[in-house]
Amino acid sequence: MNKKKIGLTVLATLIIAIFAVIALMPFFFLFISSFKPGSEMIRNGLQFKFDFENYSLVNYGLINTERDGIYKKWYVNSIVIMILQVGTGLFFSSLVGYGLAKYRFKGRNTMFILVLMVMMVPVEILILPLYKEINALKLIDTYAGVILPFIVPATGIFFFRQFASGLPTEIMESGRIDGCGEFGIFFKLMMPIMLPAYGAMTILLAMGSWNSMVWPMIVLRTSEMQTLPIGLQSLLTPYGNNYDLLLSGAVMSVLPILIIFLLNQKTFIAGMAAGSVKG
Amino acid sequence: MSKQTDIQKKGTKKAGKIRMIKLAPYIFTAPFVIYFLLFFIYPITDTIKTSMSQQVGFAPPKFSGFANYKLLIDDYFIMATQNSAIYTFFTCLILIPLPLLLAVLLDSKFVVRSELFKSALFIPALTSVVMAGLFFKYAFSSNPNALMNAFVGVFGIPPQGWLEKRTTTWIVLVLFCVWKWLGVNIVYYLSALQMVSKDLYEAAMIDGATAWERFIHITVPGVKPTIIYVLTISIYGGFSMFAEAFTLFNSARTPGDIGATIVSYIYAQGFNRNNFGIASAAGIVLLAGVLIINIIQLRITDPVGKNND
Repeated sequence: MNKKKIGLTVLATLIIAIFAVIALMPFFFLFISSFKPGSEMIRNGLQFKFDFENYSLVNYGLINTERDGIYKKWYVNSIVIMILQVGTGLFFSSLVGYGLAKYRFKGRNTMFILVLMVMMVPVEILILPLYKEINALKLIDTYAGVILPFIVPATGIFFFRQFASGLPTEIMESGRIDGCGEFGIFFKLMMPIMLPAYGAMTILLAMGSWNSMVWPMIVLRTSEMQTLPIGLQSLLTPYGNNYDLLLSGAVMSVLPILIIFLLNQKTFIAGMAAGSVKG
Repeated sequence: MSKQTDIQKKGTKKAGKIRMIKLAPYIFTAPFVIYFLLFFIYPITDTIKTSMSQQVGFAPPKFSGFANYKLLIDDYFIMATQNSAIYTFFTCLILIPLPLLLAVLLDSKFVVRSELFKSALFIPALTSVVMAGLFFKYAFSSNPNALMNAFVGVFGIPPQGWLEKRTTTWIVLVLFCVWKWLGVNIVYYLSALQMVSKDLYEAAMIDGATAWERFIHITVPGVKPTIIYVLTISIYGGFSMFAEAFTLFNSARTPGDIGATIVSYIYAQGFNRNNFGIASAAGIVLLAGVLIINIIQLRITDPVGKNND
């Protein structure tokens, strides 16, 4: 290795390392702060100062004790909503995406343009009419109310369409010759081949569900029904303020998604990229 | 005789199969059609209707034409639109070139342990906006010893009340967004870079092109579809931004509306003030803007494709 090459290696690695440190900084500071009284952070902001002798696990105890373990209820709600949302989302969007990719039918291109349109319109624009709709269906403060407006995710359709387009059509032909029905072909032959796409989409949808705030905040009214993001956010309001639980709760709320990511990094990054390349 | 019915049977079975093949795509895509009508067309028509009617007390809404749209043009809405536009502009300005440069670096073999860095850079995208908001709110605290004030102090800049002024609030929100999405865009660009032919680089090297020339003339055109994709999602994300501002200020309303965005305007008018008519009018304006951008984007990229079969 010549000198120039070593210099470039050091410089490039250093630049990337700086950005990586910035990326991880919030986790580090909030983790450290979660061992100190929340009021300290509220008053003084986050500071580059570590007085380890004052650290304690008091905030983590509140997860069990605060309001009869309300935090654990939020956790359970988040998990249940995530499972329902990911399950229904995967099922419907793969069905539609596959249909769009593998069949030629009247209205196919129009439908795909509509999918793109839904993808492009921010849901936030529709929060008022959707609220009225969910209210009319008497689904306010229910899991179903949170899930229903996102039950056929357009991004999922787009993703599965892109993926299925690349799969050999011969599989369908041979399935037909073997006497498989069209749905048999999908469920028995294509679904297994599409597993990587399901993997990537699972993480993507799970992430969206786990972290979503605005819509659940509108639908879920009582504290017992709330999910982690809105529950935690409610701890910041003048009424429910409990900054100690806020800190430990925020740290605990990132853990599952972080673990899932660290275990499936390759699938995740590859899957995420696959949806974007052929836009 | 039995042979004949057999053939007949086979014939009808085959016909049934062909019919099924014709019918299947409609069944496969039916969930989307139902969803589209119930949770897209219906809410949008309802928004249009509400935006053109006025409700006073408990009386049934009355048609009011464009009255709500005229009411829309007040300082609050203009503040919100400006904030969203400026925020979107600056996030695009940073989040399109910067991740591309970093992706090229990560791809260049000069970066040691690049896999580890890729993961680290991606992690912000996994965090909930509540947790990230907590960090940004208190790292940018007005306390002179708080992280950001300590940092700018190194350059001789006096401590700021970051979330008390409009311009500094923009800075916080843009940094928030860059922090969250940088890694995701890097991932997009990295996968696009794999598609750029290595031969081109080698040919350019032989011709004596500099690294910068190779970047501008080979890399940038090579990843153009991804640049357009990133631009589109950035515009989309920029104009629909709300949760970030909400977590920083704990409310859809902010003092002096410094943190107001178009969506927080819709939320505040609708849910805090029960001005459904004005909120809906704002929604339609935003929708129109987004659709125009989409049509332009669809024109440029042509995702349906003429050779897509």
